[in-house]
Amino acid sequence: MPNGLVAHADPHARGHAHHPALQHHFQTLGQQHEAATLGMWIFLVTEVMFFGGLLMAYLLYRVWYPEAWSEGSLELDIVLGGVNTVVLIASSLTMALGVRAAQTGAQRATVRWLLLTMSLGLTFLVIKFFEYKHKWDLNHIPGANFRFEGPHAPQVELFLSLYFGLTGLHALHMVVGFCLLAVIAWMAHRRRFTPEWYTPVELSGLYWHFVDIVWIFLFPLLYLVDRARHFG
Amino acid sequence: MTTTVLRRVNYLNVKYGVASWLLTKDHKRIGILYLIVVAIAFLLGGIFAAAVRIELTTPQGDFVSADTYNALFTMHGVAMVFFVLIPAVPAILGNFAMPLMIGAKDVAFPKINLLSWYVFVIGFVFTLAAMVLGGVDTGWTFYTPYSSVYSSSHVLLTGIGVFIAGFSSILTGLNFAVTIHRMRAPGMTWFRLPLFVWALYATALVQILGTPVIAITILMLAVERGLGFGIFDPRLGGDPVLFQHLFWFYSHPAVYIMILPPMGVISEVIACFSRKSVFGYSFVAFSSLAIAVFGFLVWAHHLFVAGISPYSAMIFSFLSFAVAIPSAVKTFNWTATLYRGAIWWRAPILWVFGFLGLFLIGGLTGLFLASLGLDVHLHDTYFVVAHFHYIMVGGAIMGFFAGLHYWWPKMTGKMFSNSMATLAALLVFVGFNLTFFPQFILGYLGMPRRYHVYSPEFQVLNVLSSAGASILGVGYTLVACYLLHSLWKGEAAGANPWRATGLEWKTESPPIPENFAETPIVNEGAYEYSKREVKVA
Ligand SMILES: [Cu+2]
Repeated sequence: MPNGLVAHADPHARGHAHHPALQHHFQTLGQQHEAATLGMWIFLVTEVMFFGGLLMAYLLYRVWYPEAWSEGSLELDIVLGGVNTVVLIASSLTMALGVRAAQTGAQRATVRWLLLTMSLGLTFLVIKFFEYKHKWDLNHIPGANFRFEGPHAPQVELFLSLYFGLTGLHALHMVVGFCLLAVIAWMAHRRRFTPEWYTPVELSGLYWHFVDIVWIFLFPLLYLVDRARHFG
Repeated sequence: MTTTVLRRVNYLNVKYGVASWLLTKDHKRIGILYLIVVAIAFLLGGIFAAAVRIELTTPQGDFVSADTYNALFTMHGVAMVFFVLIPAVPAILGNFAMPLMIGAKDVAFPKINLLSWYVFVIGFVFTLAAMVLGGVDTGWTFYTPYSSVYSSSHVLLTGIGVFIAGFSSILTGLNFAVTIHRMRAPGMTWFRLPLFVWALYATALVQILGTPVIAITILMLAVERGLGFGIFDPRLGGDPVLFQHLFWFYSHPAVYIMILPPMGVISEVIACFSRKSVFGYSFVAFSSLAIAVFGFLVWAHHLFVAGISPYSAMIFSFLSFAVAIPSAVKTFNWTATLYRGAIWWRAPILWVFGFLGLFLIGGLTGLFLASLGLDVHLHDTYFVVAHFHYIMVGGAIMGFFAGLHYWWPKMTGKMFSNSMATLAALLVFVGFNLTFFPQFILGYLGMPRRYHVYSPEFQVLNVLSSAGASILGVGYTLVACYLLHSLWKGEAAGANPWRATGLEWKTESPPIPENFAETPIVNEGAYEYSKREVKVA
């Protein structure tokens, strides 16, 4: 038999009610979930490549200018950076608990965990803002007004350009994540998720964890370049 | 007997009005939307090219100023690379045909598909704005520090346009990869997939892994130019060559975004018009993946004279030779498919023959440029210009036209004039060779690219090239004329005018909005031509 138009049971045709979240071009909720999950993972791969370009520049110049990298890194506030690292790791925990709550159908707990995650995200951004503000006050923003004393000032400017590039891009992702979670929390509040279908919660969680992991790389790369020598 | 003609519902007439198009989530309509924007960009890029060729008919700079000339060839490159070649086959033909070919109702994410078109249009508008305001003069490669510091043209605006359009390409790649993984009809196994689908899958890999890198690179350039951050700035110890590495890390694989999908088209059309299954199916399928993977390892062949280490140059030279192998595998397999086939001389196969000849020349001259010694002589001459036009226009655009002619009856339900299409294919083939073959000689003789004046001894070859470009222009215009004409006057195509085997030919022309009345079940390979019928005369 050649490739033919043989009837294949279509959920619409069969007449039984299907899940309200099932889009018409998918056959089953499972297929829809798998497609969305794969899509999110591929999106995260593109994000890795996106940050990768900046990290390549970081790597090259770090090898070329180790002294400037050490000098620039010491300018960063390790306490605020450290606190932010803890805040983000905590937010990953609350996010995971939110996904778990959605999975078990605990609607109100889902909303609660999502709101807590958002407030931790906001805390991170506020702390980051004060770090930036401090740099602004010291004229440590690269560009025409950049001031820095020291033998490696131009290369420290390179370091700080990459610092602002990397953390700025990361902060932008945090803002996007915050807005995303706001929408998801609203949907959860409207009882749109069930244990059979909570894909958006799960995928937002993937995104949130990814943004956290980016920070887990950025913190040592930027704040801890040469600290060990200066603790002794 | 009363003849009541029932209006059969298809994706074109199911709804009318601008809003029904601008808000559509139907992959077929989105393909048409891309076709319209890409056609505009192609016309624009063509006009810039025409101006360049007019200037180059005489050795003096008498038609435009040097600055205008720089802007013209830059805008030609930007329009053609980012707004024609990258989207042409995946976003137009892929969007239209791929879900049909795998027996799906739509792509996995129809809303994201429409979003990617809007993103593309917004990027195009930014680039157009830059062009209207006076253009860019950096060359389409945006090399630093000229682009980041010295150029006074609209680098930032163009850069933003290209940056935004890049996300359209990423979203299309993501959507296609997921669609091919998750949306295949029952029985459509990986090794029953049409080779066009394999090619789109390999392309999606390049779009996913490569495009974000150009996006971040342009962003770094924009931050440096706009905010005065130092990243590639040599005054701070930054490295302009790093920009070249990052740029070509995407832009070499981008060549495969342009050429892999047309290669997929070639496989479809060759099988159909020689009434045979594709010789060495799995080799052709895997060579697409091999090209996608190895294509990421050759970028520094653009930097042989940029002062990179001779050891890395040697490795990149070797790998650049190696990446020719999968392309050669494809070419040999296509030839073997044609061999003892019953070739049916219709327009689509003529464009394929054009592709084969031009791609062969383009590919082989690429090996000249991959050789370390020879590249020192040929770098930044017209030899390079001729080489990449043979690949991108001779290969990618010929392949695009092969696919457009092949699927046109499916897209519109109408047949175009075969004699006109034959004439156009011939004009384009002759015009193309006349335009670009002299440029190989010019480059070999040492004429550098990107100058608006040249030594008088190069004039004869340049006049030949400009003459060829006019024939090429007539050929492309002819295509537009008879295709548009077919919309009004073309004969009805019927479901399967080429008697082809793919699933897309099992549904009506134009297809119904949901593609298939019932989900197809697949139980054989993609190219069972020999089983089906006696060879056509
Ligand atoms: Cu290349």
